[in-house]
Amino acid sequence: MVQMEWYLVLSTIMMFVGILGFLVRRNLLAMLISIELILNSVDINFAVFNRYLFPDQLEGVFFTIFAIGVSAAETAVAIAIIINIYRNMKNIQVKNLNKMQEE
Amino acid sequence: MGHTIWILLLPLISFILLGLGGNKMKPKATGVIGTASLAGVTILSYITAFSYFGAGRGIDGLFPTLMPYDFRWLPFMDNLSINIGILLDPISVMMLVVISTVSLMVHIYSMGYMKGEKGFQRYYAFLSLFTMSMLGLVVATNIFQMYVFWELVGVSSYLLIGFYYTKPAAIAASKKAFIVTRFADLGFLIGILIYGYFAGTFSFTPETSRLMSAGMMISLALGLMFVGGAGKSAMFPLHIWLPDAMEGPTPVSALIHAATMVVAGVYLVARMFPLFIGYAPDLLPWIAVVGAVTALYAAVVACVQSDIKRVLAFSTISQIGFMMVAMGVCTSADPHAGGLGYMASLFHLFTHAMFKALLFLGAGSIIHAVHSNEMSAMGGLRKYMPVTHITFLVACLAIAGIYPFSGFFSKDEILAACFAFHPAMGWVMTAIAGLTAFYMFRLYFGIFWGKENKELHQTHKPHESPLSMTLPLVVLAVITCVAGFIPFGEFISSNGASYHIHIDMKVAGISICVAVAAIAISTWMFARENQSVPDALANRFPGLHKAAYNRFYIDNAWLFVTKKVIFKCISTPIAWFDRNIIDGFFNLCGKVTSKVAAGIRFMQNSQIQQYCIWFLAGAVILTIILIF
Repeated sequence: MVQMEWYLVLSTIMMFVGILGFLVRRNLLAMLISIELILNSVDINFAVFNRYLFPDQLEGVFFTIFAIGVSAAETAVAIAIIINIYRNMKNIQVKNLNKMQEE
Repeated sequence: MGHTIWILLLPLISFILLGLGGNKMKPKATGVIGTASLAGVTILSYITAFSYFGAGRGIDGLFPTLMPYDFRWLPFMDNLSINIGILLDPISVMMLVVISTVSLMVHIYSMGYMKGEKGFQRYYAFLSLFTMSMLGLVVATNIFQMYVFWELVGVSSYLLIGFYYTKPAAIAASKKAFIVTRFADLGFLIGILIYGYFAGTFSFTPETSRLMSAGMMISLALGLMFVGGAGKSAMFPLHIWLPDAMEGPTPVSALIHAATMVVAGVYLVARMFPLFIGYAPDLLPWIAVVGAVTALYAAVVACVQSDIKRVLAFSTISQIGFMMVAMGVCTSADPHAGGLGYMASLFHLFTHAMFKALLFLGAGSIIHAVHSNEMSAMGGLRKYMPVTHITFLVACLAIAGIYPFSGFFSKDEILAACFAFHPAMGWVMTAIAGLTAFYMFRLYFGIFWGKENKELHQTHKPHESPLSMTLPLVVLAVITCVAGFIPFGEFISSNGASYHIHIDMKVAGISICVAVAAIAISTWMFARENQSVPDALANRFPGLHKAAYNRFYIDNAWLFVTKKVIFKCISTPIAWFDRNIIDGFFNLCGKVTSKVAAGIRFMQNSQIQQYCIWFLAGAVILTIILIF
């Protein structure tokens, strides 16, 4: 059986890849994907802790499923917003999204 | 005496009703409501007077001082609270009768005079407010309640003078009246506070021991209170607001600026009289001097004014001066030994209220007929307006002091009191009484005889006023004819004891001779078509005539003091300080904040990833701090 630490290392790497991606990518879609990475890393943690530390309970797994559902809905909303932004501005580069700033 | 509360409540209810719902009613209905409530007040006042005086004197030979209501209104401390209630004693009951009578007459008269005016409902609402406040003033149980109602009459006077609010002159006059009287009331308020501090009470009957220990401070308090009274009663040099107050509707002048509000100062002195005579007898001669100067000044000015309401206004000032003199010449509380002036003053207040209201209402009737205040538009009106003519003549004879009209009796008592005080004062006042007769008949002849303004009267024929206006004139004229025979001293005297009025034949003879002589001169000068004598006199003494016509430049002096001295030297620097130092400090605070904000604005660059980096950096730094 794979040791628990490997899963945690994986989720940590996913988390920081996600954060890095969120900070450095200028494309809204790429930023969204990065957020999904962060979320998934957390999901892995939930599942792993449940499986290794409290094998006779199911809360962690349930929470993971809920989180996946919620993030799906959130992604749908985010993509709808991004599509609307694209319709209005003809691009989705985040540096151009400063229309609401006072000049 | 429980019904007395309705004397105050009826006009208050009528004011609230007309003030809030007046615009939804027909003008006529509002007039009827106002007049009906005043009729109720008048009936109640007369019932009060008859039952009060009818109950007779107590065992000590005085009329009792009743307090049907005395409600503890503002309890400041255990030993200092302010009450509000109703006080009935001879002078307040007498004032109730005067105010309600004149006010009812004015209410009836206004139905005709103000007919068709814009704001008729507002007018009646204000009249009710005024009547309520004035009645509240006279029945006040303590000096503070008096002050509250004192200010209320000031406000209603302001509102009514500025009734024609589209006329700049009326607005200016109302502001002037309010500011000048407020200025004087400052003295009144300070006086009340000093009095309250040293006497430990605001009532009119403080403990003797406390007053004795207060010493000079009571004199000071009473003197300051007199300043307030002088402002309200238009004493020289605070009289300047009264002639301008004539911009208001004429019935208002009759009610407020002739019969009731302007005598509040005299009433105040009468109310505080036991204190004046007991603790500040040195002040009274000064009151007499102020009154005499006012009376003389106003009488001289009245001789040359051409606006009939102005003549009456100065005449009012002069007559109130008479009342003040009579108050001031009292040297003891005993009416038989130096206290006659108190009774004479209030007697004159009573009769003057009636005949001066009559004169003003008559003037209103004339103005109604010729649509002008100027004497040049009048002349020869006697054949057009017989009722107004006769009633006006009655009032003129009364104010001139001709037997048997009411003014004769009261003025005679005043002159007798003055002669008893000092012969010089007596002679001066007699001379002023002569001047009074002179200018009143100048007015009378100028209006009803003299040179008729035929052109004007051809285009607009003068006509007698409707019944609603002539009826009050007739009622007041009848009162003026008989009021002198009221045994006034039986009801009111300086120490409350019965005093039988007797005519001093020497004084009466002198005053009648002077009055008749003045009327004769006046007749000789003004009763004919061409008025060569007055013109010649005016040309002979152009400086005096011009100065008197311009009221001896007192208004200009006040303007100089306010505009050049107070505004320039005090207000302008203070305004500069306010604009530059105080406002400047807060502007500086605001500027610093906005400058700092602009300085750190580069951080808010609307790049969400930038914010995230800041956030992350902060989180990392915090983590490092927490770990190590």
